[in-house]
Amino acid sequence: MTQVYKQKRAFDSLRIWLLLPSWVTIGIFLLIPVGLMLVISFMTKEFRGGVIWELSLAAYDQFLFDRGLFGDEPPTIQWTYIVIFLRSIVQAAIATFFCLLIGFPTAFFIATRDSRNRTFWIFLVTVPYWVNLLIRTVSLKFLIRDNGPINEFMISLGLISEPLGLINTNLAVQLGLFYSYLPFMVLPIYASVERFNFTFSEAAADLYADKWSTLRRIVLPIVAPGIAAGCILVFIPSLGAFLAPDLLGGAKNFMIGSLIEEQFKGNAGNWPFGAAASMILLTMVLIALMLYTRQQAKSELT
Amino acid sequence: MTLANSVRSIPGFSILAVLCLVILYAPLLVVMVYSFNDSVSITIWGGFSLRWYEQIFFGLEAEKFQKAAWNSITIAFMAAIVSTTIAFSAAVGVVRTSPFKGKNLNISLLSLPIMVPEIVTAVATLIFFSMISFKLGYTSILVAHIVFCIPFAYLPISARIQSIEKVYEEAALDLYANRKEIFRSILLPLMLPGIISGFLLAFIISLDDFIITSFVKGAGVETLPTAIFGSIKQGIKPDIMALSTLLLLVSTLFVTISYFLSRADIKNKLN
Repeated sequence: MTQVYKQKRAFDSLRIWLLLPSWVTIGIFLLIPVGLMLVISFMTKEFRGGVIWELSLAAYDQFLFDRGLFGDEPPTIQWTYIVIFLRSIVQAAIATFFCLLIGFPTAFFIATRDSRNRTFWIFLVTVPYWVNLLIRTVSLKFLIRDNGPINEFMISLGLISEPLGLINTNLAVQLGLFYSYLPFMVLPIYASVERFNFTFSEAAADLYADKWSTLRRIVLPIVAPGIAAGCILVFIPSLGAFLAPDLLGGAKNFMIGSLIEEQFKGNAGNWPFGAAASMILLTMVLIALMLYTRQQAKSELT
Repeated sequence: MTLANSVRSIPGFSILAVLCLVILYAPLLVVMVYSFNDSVSITIWGGFSLRWYEQIFFGLEAEKFQKAAWNSITIAFMAAIVSTTIAFSAAVGVVRTSPFKGKNLNISLLSLPIMVPEIVTAVATLIFFSMISFKLGYTSILVAHIVFCIPFAYLPISARIQSIEKVYEEAALDLYANRKEIFRSILLPLMLPGIISGFLLAFIISLDDFIITSFVKGAGVETLPTAIFGSIKQGIKPDIMALSTLLLLVSTLFVTISYFLSRADIKNKLN
């Protein structure tokens, strides 16, 4: 092995001082609060919001079991909250699927343009991401509601005789999540297709492979990590989304985000239960992230 | 030469790409157009008018919106300054020093505010402030914003710092420049586009935040997104569309500036 001459860099001795502000800020205002939230999830609820400092598993118990109004009946499985969590997972998965359906062709198309057009297209895809999510969701609501432009337009053309009734349905929530996080799908796939060495596919084309089999058997396996990254970037925020289900879904289509929010608003709240639901959501997200990093590490080895 | 069966152009992909842009922009454009609608009825076009813009500046609710706008802008400005400073310092510490143990851990810590779902951050921050009996209001919003703006400021800054080769400071060290001189006359000017870009992104991320703000704002203090959310509970009114259009234009303007800053970088590097 060659001996590398190690020169100390100009800022080495200052490193701790340079990093300290970020440790302190994120440590005090994010790590400690999350730890505190974990503690609160094991405490007893106070009726007007807030907590009583007595250890209790009530929050997690309430999540899974129904013990009757006075808590003295034999426990039966409480499906309400489990269903809300399952619904959130399904909604997030469907939104991710639709994002992939539109996002992959878009990313692939952009990555195969010349470099000038490429940056411009990417710019166009990025701008909506930086626009206020609340405004984007409200805009979508305005567009698809019963007496909104889409319905009025289609009625005036005689395509439909009455409004489609999109608003306050599961479909509206999926549409909202899809619309909110679509740019997240395009960007990582674009990055991996852009790095793709097209001489591989040219070789396949020389050997008379048609476009679709080249795409499926040569391009897809190589850009798979980008696709995985896009899916995780859409799935994770969709899972804990609040605005899309709240504004587009109505009361029947509750997701985790709304369930958590309800525990902290007004007097009917239940802080330990809200903290427990947040902990469960956070755990799900961390598991998804861990699976993703392991998968990425594996695909880097092969 | 491109072969006829080259995978570079796949039929239908161009249509889907255009469709993608239409989906992304259509709702925003519709709201922008209707914000200039003279009619009180939201969906019938009654001719071009600026009356809703007049209303948000001089109408009945003007004072409420102005107060919310003032809160939003001052919080975004201060949160962006503080988070950009923290992110800049961390970026120099992580990228501009020789490799060290815990480098990856530091990078993970810096991206933590993006990884944790927003609603979870909101809950945890609310619990934290109420446990230490910190009064909810302007200051609690500001503190929460500083935290989640850090990763957004960090990304463009660290990308920029990575692209500056270390020969610059090595040459300066050889010429007996001290650390302060190296920093001020070499590194800072080279890093500046990244810093400005990080500041702009942090600013709009703060300006746009709704969920965390709504948890930690307490009673009586509003920012523009929470004021808009409060108003649309009674239906989407045209003045809200006008307000949304203004906010939308500010975000777009800032992203565009940030985009051109990073474009300028690439051109300079090529020359």
